[in-house]
Amino acid sequence: MEHENILEAKGLNHWFGTGDVKKQALFDVNLTLKRGSFTVLMGPSGSGKTTVLTLIGCLRSVQDGSVCLLDRELNGASEAELVALRRRLGFIFQAHNLHESLTATQNVIMGLQVHRGVSDADAQRAATHALGLVGLSDRVGYLPGNLSGGQKQRVAVARALVGNPALLLADEPTAALDKESAAEVVDLLKRMGAARGMTTLLVTHDNRILDRADRILTLEDGRIVTMEDRG
Amino acid sequence: MSRLLQALFGRLPIGWLQLTHNRTRFAAALAGVAFANVLVFVQLGIMNSMGAATLRPYDFFQADIMISAGDANSLSDGGNVARQWLLQAMADPDVVDGMGLFMANVPWDRGEKDISLSTFGVDPVKPGFIGVQIADDLPLLQVQDAAILDRLARGLAKDEAAAIRPQTPLAFEAQSRTLVAYATFAGGGGFGGDGYMLVSDQTFLSLFPARSSAAPDHILLTLGRGADVDTVVARLRSLISDPSLRIRSYADAAQDDLKYQQTRRPTGIIFGFGVLIGVLVGLVIVYQVLSTDVADHLREYATFKAMGYGPRFFLSVVFEEALVLGVMGFIPGLIVGTAILTLMGKITTLPLAMSFSMAVSVFIGTVVFSAISGAIATRRLAAADPADLF
Repeated sequence: MEHENILEAKGLNHWFGTGDVKKQALFDVNLTLKRGSFTVLMGPSGSGKTTVLTLIGCLRSVQDGSVCLLDRELNGASEAELVALRRRLGFIFQAHNLHESLTATQNVIMGLQVHRGVSDADAQRAATHALGLVGLSDRVGYLPGNLSGGQKQRVAVARALVGNPALLLADEPTAALDKESAAEVVDLLKRMGAARGMTTLLVTHDNRILDRADRILTLEDGRIVTMEDRG
Repeated sequence: MSRLLQALFGRLPIGWLQLTHNRTRFAAALAGVAFANVLVFVQLGIMNSMGAATLRPYDFFQADIMISAGDANSLSDGGNVARQWLLQAMADPDVVDGMGLFMANVPWDRGEKDISLSTFGVDPVKPGFIGVQIADDLPLLQVQDAAILDRLARGLAKDEAAAIRPQTPLAFEAQSRTLVAYATFAGGGGFGGDGYMLVSDQTFLSLFPARSSAAPDHILLTLGRGADVDTVVARLRSLISDPSLRIRSYADAAQDDLKYQQTRRPTGIIFGFGVLIGVLVGLVIVYQVLSTDVADHLREYATFKAMGYGPRFFLSVVFEEALVLGVMGFIPGLIVGTAILTLMGKITTLPLAMSFSMAVSVFIGTVVFSAISGAIATRRLAAADPADLF
């Protein structure tokens, strides 16, 4: 059954460390992401934004509470299940995290090859297409070392999108970019998300992004303090 | 190469792209693997040459059974065998003929440098016991103080050896006697002496007056057509009442000697260790290259992990790198190894050479050990935690 909500997190608590240094990072976080929505998660550093993102992104095990992602419960899921779910997500990181030895196209192919049974020719075509969508048709054979910061982040966007993820998780994708490149990348995400019916959760403290969001969540000291719906 | 690996692994050849991204480092890594290969080749070459050199003198003779003293581990080793056992052995219906074989080292004063000839005393009228390459010249030894000289002996000039013929013999002094070499054969220097020489048993006894014709070093026996060597050996054991004697087939004696040289003599053990150390050095070099490479790409690997790549993917990337290093490092290693062995063979006159089986076994070893190093190196991957990327 296809839910309207692609993600439902309920009563999420999370701790770091053990024993005396055990510290709670998240307190009773409740969060839903509607299919196709563009949600921005805001908050000062140390507020737990990244923790939320890594829990949703199946990169950390859920300790307490429930996270239901794509109709699967993450609390108690095995590592293999988490890896399988990750293949249906797209990740964009603060740094582009491109592989320096691979060309733009090859980097994008890596986003596709994680799905088995994609032929080399199809992967090549899809990667070239994705690079075209982010406006890098003329840079397909470039190594990351020969691309500008904005171009690299756009390659990373293409890599995240090429596998048609159901949910795109982006962690401060604009932090390392100048104003112009940042706006370009966010517009790109927004546009692609709308075109593909993809859900986006974007963590940032960049105010320039806010006016593009459907919903803005603010996290402070591990608690969601405000939730603002727009549009 | 890139295409080949892509077809082989069914994915982008990331390992190859990663390794070749930094050309200088790649070259250094290949040099390291090649160096380890050369090390193994040289040690293996020496070890094999020791084997070949050990077996070499067995080619000079032909026999089915050899009787030696209990402490005789090689042709030049151990005590004497009483001649009476030769006569006793002849009583066996399957034993056709027998010959006493004498052996000792003869120093030849060559002026600036002495050479030591491993000298065999044989019966000059029994060509059946002599290897085919020498048998034709055997009658020459019927002359007192005649010798057949090893033309590959260390310290003997090539043209000097080539000039030796019955018409133009070479006379030289050894053991205060004048020996005359009428012919030559291809022996070759070993680890025990500089070369070989064949003389008649009579000449041998004149060279070594303390030795007696009644006590040769070994007894060689030939059997009649169709006789089973093992059966005759068993029969001789019960026939000959001295239980300390070693009665073996000639082939077994050669193999026992080889095994003795390789496992009991310090030289053999040292070369064996040399091979082991070469392998270990190679293992460490490949491990170092691969684990540095993994450490340098932890961030990329963590990204791939986040994207949903599993441990098998990373293992295959590291295996791919190990394969590339193993194969591409092997080629220069083989070339340099062959050159060094050939050069060493020329200088030492030892049978040092690259052999096909050596190349194949070192190649397989390189790839296997590279893969093992790679598997160990992937343990560092545990440090690539995608949760740290955010």
